[in-house]
This record gives sequence, C-alpha cells and structure tokens, in this order.
Amino acid sequence: MNPLAEALLLQAGYNAALVGIGAGLLGFAAGAAGTFLFLRKRALVSDAVAHATLPGVGLAFIVMVMAGGDGRNLLGLLAGSAVSAWVGLWLVQWMTRTTRLSEDAAIGAVLSVFFGLGIVILTVIQTMSSGRQAGLESFLLGSTAGMLFNDALIIAIGGSLAVIATWLLRRPMTLVSFDPDYAAASGTNVDRIDLAMMGLVMAVTVIGLKLVGLILIIALLIIPPVTARFWTERSDHVIWWAGIFGGVSGYVGAAISASAPALPTGAIIVLVAAGLFGLSLLFAPARGVAAAVLRHRRFQWRVHRRQGLLAMARAEPIHDPFTLRVLGSEGLVRRDGVPTDAGRAQAAKIARDERRWDVARQIHLDAGLTGRYDGLTPIEQVFTPDEIAEFDARIGGPAPVATQGGH
Amino acid sequence: MGAQFVQFSLTPILIGIFAAIACALPGNFLVLRRQALIGDAISHVVLPGIVVAFLITGTVAAIPMLLGAAGAAIVAVILIEAIKRLGRIEPGAAMGVTFTTLFAAGVLLLDQSDTSNVHLDVEHALMGNLESLIWFRAEGWHSLFDPVALAALPDELGRIFVVCLLVIALTVFFWRPLKISTFDEGFAQALGLPVGAMGFGLVVVAAIAAVAAFDAVGSIIVIAMFICPPAAARLMTNSLERQVWWSVGFATLAAILGYVFAGYGPLWFGGQNAVSAAGMIAAVSGVILGLACLYGPHRSRVGAARQQADA
Repeated sequence: MNPLAEALLLQAGYNAALVGIGAGLLGFAAGAAGTFLFLRKRALVSDAVAHATLPGVGLAFIVMVMAGGDGRNLLGLLAGSAVSAWVGLWLVQWMTRTTRLSEDAAIGAVLSVFFGLGIVILTVIQTMSSGRQAGLESFLLGSTAGMLFNDALIIAIGGSLAVIATWLLRRPMTLVSFDPDYAAASGTNVDRIDLAMMGLVMAVTVIGLKLVGLILIIALLIIPPVTARFWTERSDHVIWWAGIFGGVSGYVGAAISASAPALPTGAIIVLVAAGLFGLSLLFAPARGVAAAVLRHRRFQWRVHRRQGLLAMARAEPIHDPFTLRVLGSEGLVRRDGVPTDAGRAQAAKIARDERRWDVARQIHLDAGLTGRYDGLTPIEQVFTPDEIAEFDARIGGPAPVATQGGH
Repeated sequence: MGAQFVQFSLTPILIGIFAAIACALPGNFLVLRRQALIGDAISHVVLPGIVVAFLITGTVAAIPMLLGAAGAAIVAVILIEAIKRLGRIEPGAAMGVTFTTLFAAGVLLLDQSDTSNVHLDVEHALMGNLESLIWFRAEGWHSLFDPVALAALPDELGRIFVVCLLVIALTVFFWRPLKISTFDEGFAQALGLPVGAMGFGLVVVAAIAAVAAFDAVGSIIVIAMFICPPAAARLMTNSLERQVWWSVGFATLAAILGYVFAGYGPLWFGGQNAVSAAGMIAAVSGVILGLACLYGPHRSRVGAARQQADA
C-alpha cells in the first residue's frame, strides 16, 4: 500500500493516526468557530489572538523551569498561551472601545507587539541553561515530527471538546452573528455570546499551536468558512459546511504530511484548505466564477436572440455575427440570413408580446407590475392568462404570419 | 561610547531608524484608510517571494531577493482584489485567505528545497538579523570621514537609506492628493484625482518599504512600524501634518530605545547575552502606543464622551 493511502486509512502508526484524527477534529472545530467570526466580519481578530499566544508560551516555559519542572510540558505551555492570548484579545477590544483607533489598527498593533515581545522572551530562553533544547520555535510553524503520545492525545481530546462546545453554542452564536440587534432584543446576552465565541476561537488557536503553528492557525479559522459560504446561502448550513471543509483539510493534510518526510504539517493542511477554497471559488454552483460566466453567457444569448427576433419582426436586416449565430443555432434563420418559418413565428410572438406590454402599460398604472418589463421576462410570468386575454382583445388578436411557402 | 559604539551599534541603530521611518510614513495613511493590516499581509507574503527568488537564482544575493519579495507582494495585492471581487468576500477575510496560503506555500517550498548551505529560514525572515549588521572597519567616530571604512558599511544601510529617501520624497510630492483622497474620497474624485491609482500606489510604496526593511530587520518590525507609531501619533493630534511628524518621532524613538534595551538591557539585569533587537523595537513601539492610548490628548473618539453620558 502506498504511504498516503496508509496514512489516510490510519495505518501509518499509532501517533500518526492520533495526529490525523486530532487534526480532523481541530479543523472541524476551527471551521465552525471561524464561521461566526467571518459572519461578524471580524475574521482578522483571530490573527491578533494567534500571535498573542507567543509571549505566553515563552513565559510559561520560564515559570515551569523556575518551579523546577520540565519546561516542555505541553499542557502548561498551552495554558500560558491561553492567558496571553486572552490579554491580547482584551487589549484589542479595549483599544477599539476607548480610543478612536479602528479595529484593524488595534489588531495590527497587538499582533506585532505581542509577537515582538514573544521573540524577545524566546531569545531570553535561549540563553538559559535549560533553554537550549526547548524547541519552542516549533510553535511558530507547528511540527508533528517527534510529537509525544501525550501531546497527540491532548490535541485529539481538545479537538473533540471544541467540537462539542461548538455544537452546544451553535444556536445563540448563529443568532448573534447574523443579527446582533435582533438577538439583543429577543433577550440574548450578546456580550456573553461574543465572549463565548472568542473563547472558542482562542481554544482552537491554543490547541492548534503545536500542530499548525501560530502563524498558520488563523488560516484554519478563515479559509473553511469563506469556502463554505460559496456552497450555501443558509446560516445554519454554513457552520457545518465550514466544519466539514476544515475537518477534511486537517485530516487529509495531516495524512499527506505523514506520508513523506520533510512535509511541514501546518503548511500542508493550509494548502489543502486553500485548494478546496480555490475549487469552490471557481466551480461552486451559484456563487462560483464558472457559474457566473455561464450565467452571463446565457443572458447575452437571450438578449441577442430577442434583438434578432425584433429586427426580424420589423423586417430589418441583421448584421451582428453573434446574433446570427444565436438565431442560426436555434434554427430561426438560414445560413444566408433569411428567416425560417420557425423564426417568423417566434418573431411574430415577440412583436405581439411587445404590443401586449404597450397595452398593459396603458391599463395598469401600477409600476410594480409594468416595471418588471425588462424585455427578457416573458409576459406570461407577470400577468395572468385572463389579463393577457384582455390585452389581446384590445389589440385585436395576433396577425397571421406570412410564411414563405404559404399555407 | 567610542570606537565600540561606532563599530557595533551605530549602523544597526541607523538601519533601524531608517526602516522605522520608511514604514511609518505610508503607515499613517494606511491607518487612516483602515487598511492597516495590508502591512501584515505584505510582510507574510515576503517569505514565498524570497524562496522563489532563491530557487530561481540559487543564491541569496540581495537584489533577486528584493525583486522576488516585491513580486510576491504585488501578486498578493492582485489576489486579494480578485478574491474580493470574484467571490464577493469581505476584504479582511480575502486578505486572510491570501496571505496565509502564500505563507504556507513559502514554508513548504523552503522545507522542500535544499537550503542547508545558505542562510535562509523562516525564523530569520521573521526576526531579521539587525545585531549582525555591524561596521567591521570602523575604528571610531573619525571613520565616518574615512572613505575606505565607509566603503565597508553594510549594504543594507545604503539600501534602506535610499528607500527611506524615496518614501519621504513620494510622501512630500503626493502630499495634497494623498491627504484629500484619504479623508474624502468622493471630493477627491470630484476634483478629478485618480483615487484608485492613489490607493494602489500607496500599497505599492508600502510594499517597497516593507521589502527593503524586511531585508534588514525582519517582518515583525515591519508590521509594528506600519501600525504602532502612526496609531500613537493619531492619538496625539488632529492635524495630519503634525501626526506625520509625531509618527516619525515615535518610530525613531522606538528604534533607538529598542536597540539599546535589547543590547544593553540584559547587562543591567546581570544577564550576559543580548535579546532580539527586532522584537524589542516592536515591544517598545507597543509601549509608546499604550502610553498614547492612556494619556494621548486626542485619544477618544469624537462624541464618545456624549455616548458615555447617555449610557
């Protein structure tokens, strides 16, 4: 069996399997939690949170070493990162609330300053006698190489807890992301839900530190929700789509990186997520680029068809090559530009509908109905058969079509 | 404060100051236009740019690296716009998608290519290497007038100095249109100013400053200097002219104090090794911003006092 299939089927060793499952769960939780951020248009807050974890990791290491313990205890490091991420998040909110700086400036300030501080602390640790092999740099980009069993277990358990928390909080968080004012009016405590949402984002960030690294973890919070948005217009579906995209990215990414040496786990997971995003951007059914191009082509086709038929009804010559191609391919016009019987019949119908619209505008002064005239909407979709019959009565019935062969 | 200072500290401090000013100037406009995080995005995509440049040329020479980084920054800006328009996605999320993806691609390329014999790694890209840019040939202040010693100045100093001058010149030259289009885009359009081109030009200048500064000091300082000094300056005054001067002052102060604290601070506390100067400069700029947030004369939003009274 080839290594990738082995890793995908969880046959590549116990740790690799645990990492794969953990990455999948983490991706799912990140995608779902990130959806709420994305819908509240605060996607980049996660950037500040992620960068703000670094000083906490460093300080936790120093504290644990000073207390005589092993500085590399993952739970301790993650607890430290959670504390400093919380401080960073609080600072972003404090700055946006009390000063006139906008949120993006606050985010940028917090992420760069905390990251700088973190780097300073890392260089301090390097000079400590026990800090030489601390390996805290692995938190920058994540690393699964040489991951301990306990670490993998922490990621798997943390990922499951985050998924459960998302499930429990899904209703109030959906409400708050879509319409905070309505949520407040209907008795939801918006501040508390916002806090829970941020707590979830922070939890995902902290759990993902070891696996994906603090620079790339925000990709898991941002890319899956954006991808999911292409596939559905329904709020309660976006979350699960985002979760699924995130989960697949995490699981497949971890499997690919386990299948060969020197494939950085975090980067591969992000690139898988980006690949899914790219495919969705291009090929998603309603909002994708391909769908938009098709829609445009279809619209263009209908406009040319109609203009050609109108010209035909007025017995004017058609010069536009695209119009001729449209009419020709529907068998409405012959190769030399002479209308066929079917073409004459269609032209007559379009001319009659135009007259019907004229009458409709005289009878109905309601712009809500006649305003729907755009030349392309069939009149049958706007007026009832009775009304159309009334228009026809005023016009005096369709004129007979003069066919070439005669009947 | 004699020969040793000139040899070991003068050039890093100067490079830090020039880099800080080159980033802070466009940063003023980015902060006012609420595009502060463009700097963040640019400094992340620099990594894939330099890795691709390395893979093509096979060396770590400065010029190809700079070209690669600038190319990557432009690709990123175009991608962000494309995703925003084609997918109808809000700017923040489009930016997040773009720069994380490009950064991940850079990390993967770096891990896959053989860089064992050259100095090219992610940490270097993030933290820079300000401490190592020393002036070997200097023997004291008089070396400033010695052409032989001057020729041995680190190349980074010359590059960042030129870029800093370029940024200053562009800011002065385009001052009026920049100011008008930043504060009132509609009015600028009515005057016939090319608003779209101004916006794009600003981002390109920011990218040039980011890339040149990155070469010397790493990307942390770049992000910090784009945002912290202008944001702090914004809380000091209501006039754009004075804000720009404040930001230049704050940037310079952060660069000097940061370097001094990083180099000499640990010695005061009985330590032996210096800490990261780039990180310390970012931290000092954060302290300056924090003080401005607490005590800046124009820190509160217009009408904020009334809102509080109502509540």
